[in-house]
Amino acid sequence: MPAELYLNVAVGGVLTGLVYGLMALGLSVIFGVVRVVNFAHGEMMTIAMYIAVTLFTAFHLDPLVMLVPIAAVMFAFGYVLQTRLINPFITRPEYSQFLLLVAVAIIIVNLLLIAFGPDAQNVQTSYAYDSFQIGPLIIDATKLYAGLAAIVVAAALFGFFQYTRLGTAIRACADNYTGALVVGLDVKHLYALTFGLGAACVGAAGCMLLLIFDVTPAVGPAYTLLAFVIVITGGLGSMPGALIGGVLIGLTEAMAGLLFTPSAKSMFAFGILVLVLLFRPQGIMGKKTS
Amino acid sequence: MKRKSQSKTARVSRRTFTAGLSAAGLLVGTAPFNIGRAQGAALKVGVLLPRSGYQAGIGQDCQRGVDITAGILKDLGLPSLQIMNADTETNVDVARARAEKLIGEGAQLLVGAFDSGQSSAIAQVAEQKGIPYVINIAAAPPITEQGYKFVFRNFPTAGMILRDAFVDQKEVFAAVGAAPKTAVFMHVNDTFGTAMKGGIGAVMPKFDMPYKIVETIAYDPAARDLSVEISKAKATGADALLMVSRLNDAILLTRELVKQRWTPMAILSMGPGWYEDQYLKTLNKLSDGPLSFAPWYDPNKKMSKQLDAALAKAHPGFNLNTNHVYTFEALLIAADAYKRAGSSDPKALADAVRTTNIKDNVSIGPGIQFDAKGQNDKILGGGIQNRGGKLITVAPKDAANGKPEWPLKPYDKRG
Repeated sequence: MPAELYLNVAVGGVLTGLVYGLMALGLSVIFGVVRVVNFAHGEMMTIAMYIAVTLFTAFHLDPLVMLVPIAAVMFAFGYVLQTRLINPFITRPEYSQFLLLVAVAIIIVNLLLIAFGPDAQNVQTSYAYDSFQIGPLIIDATKLYAGLAAIVVAAALFGFFQYTRLGTAIRACADNYTGALVVGLDVKHLYALTFGLGAACVGAAGCMLLLIFDVTPAVGPAYTLLAFVIVITGGLGSMPGALIGGVLIGLTEAMAGLLFTPSAKSMFAFGILVLVLLFRPQGIMGKKTS
Repeated sequence: MKRKSQSKTARVSRRTFTAGLSAAGLLVGTAPFNIGRAQGAALKVGVLLPRSGYQAGIGQDCQRGVDITAGILKDLGLPSLQIMNADTETNVDVARARAEKLIGEGAQLLVGAFDSGQSSAIAQVAEQKGIPYVINIAAAPPITEQGYKFVFRNFPTAGMILRDAFVDQKEVFAAVGAAPKTAVFMHVNDTFGTAMKGGIGAVMPKFDMPYKIVETIAYDPAARDLSVEISKAKATGADALLMVSRLNDAILLTRELVKQRWTPMAILSMGPGWYEDQYLKTLNKLSDGPLSFAPWYDPNKKMSKQLDAALAKAHPGFNLNTNHVYTFEALLIAADAYKRAGSSDPKALADAVRTTNIKDNVSIGPGIQFDAKGQNDKILGGGIQNRGGKLITVAPKDAANGKPEWPLKPYDKRG
């Protein structure tokens, strides 16, 4: 096989992986701070995808243009979900949290089915079929835009956590819960903010993924599983780990499809997960816990 | 970001988290919900279709065939059917469970289920419970090779589809005076796709086709991204794409062909996907050109025109296709058998289905009859081409209503 084939496939895999990474970033942020595993993560992303589809169908609004407003809507959704529904479960056993969020996921899937039906939906932007050719390299325009947008959103999130007072407060909550309470931080509010930020991340990722993939109500659970694979691979609670995990999984799937058989792509992604669990259980960027 | 202090809040360990991962796995296969509906009285027919999941588009299309049946049966003087709908959710296990549930709720005959894997599961249940089952669409040969007494299939097997596909392809090549020399064979790796792959290996050498298969690429029908598959196919430099696909993947593959700037000489499909209305509507001009060699209908038959008119009235903007035709014919068989049996007794119904002899039908071929295995072995396939949002039958000559256009118009020159 010619070298440009490997290059083309690798670039496509990395760009798709960046968006996967952004999606998983939301999960990682929520777990890193609130210590709640969001089993409705993929389903929340499908909500964002359907909002984007609806806006595009009704007003021809490009999902990339609507990325910030949709992320804001998802932030509000996440904030309310945390304060009204999840917060009472924070002190309950973890299986209660799991079941709660699995229930939320099932409800979301079925509400979307009622509202939008089972058919796959997509957006046909003016650049939907565009590609850029650089020598032998052909880059899918939608994947490129989505990958770049993922980098920008992830950078903004890193900046928020590193350089703002609110971000520092949230990190303080994550690092030392009791300490945060002692110094008077409103932990419930910060938890809700964090959940909102995680939801905003999946909202943004949903807008980008919609450019690449169709959406159906049934895809949510598959994305939830994918997000878990990525965050476990990258390291639970690690933001850079989520992005690295996403790129690794995207690249692995692409190259496995090329070098072996495309129908075994997912098998290789899960193979990576198993290897990480065996040899570096804390994930690539995760810290060992005592 | 790690919380170091012990607190009253519930702590989630990595082990617990990983254990919880299995819950997400469960969710992946979670059933959305079942749709149940009943119409009128008469023979209770359970119609099982994949109305959700990745085959939902095709399942919904089959349902359109159900929707237009009642009026035609009435015109033919056949008894009415009470339709009991069920969703297989594109899942073999769910299909089996739904079949059992329908029988438990009183279904006297089953119809469905578009997919070979799901149909196989339903066939096992039908045979076990002794309820007649008429398969509308499913091509895997083993279904009618099990010695079942209650299972009937008015749809060609993979071998029959391939046989007719190769015959019709050669007819098309002769008509246009050109043929590809090489082809990449891409197929879904589900029951149908795998059966077709096996069939191609066995049947193709007998037909002395002008092209040879230079690469075979199997892929997951539920795949979200098929860019790697097209990259791999393009790299072979083959003249044509030989396809066995479903609907969503056909759309994805076409998009990738456009993005990766590759227009093969021809796309020769031997399964669903490329002629579906959703394919035509989603891709508009980009949908033009692929040739599908599939079980089809004879547009010149009287009942085809009747069915076409009923579809146009009930679902304007949809082209009559395999999904409507074979779902309709399955229900036609049920009503015809019920009339002749004069009873809803399962054995009497099964005996009546076995002796079906419908000459006035829709699909290509002499009519509907079943052999000792419960297979209609008289059905013929057709060659159709997408053109301007319409489906033109180009082969066989007896059933054609247009001539093929060749080669595929480059995707970047379609305005």
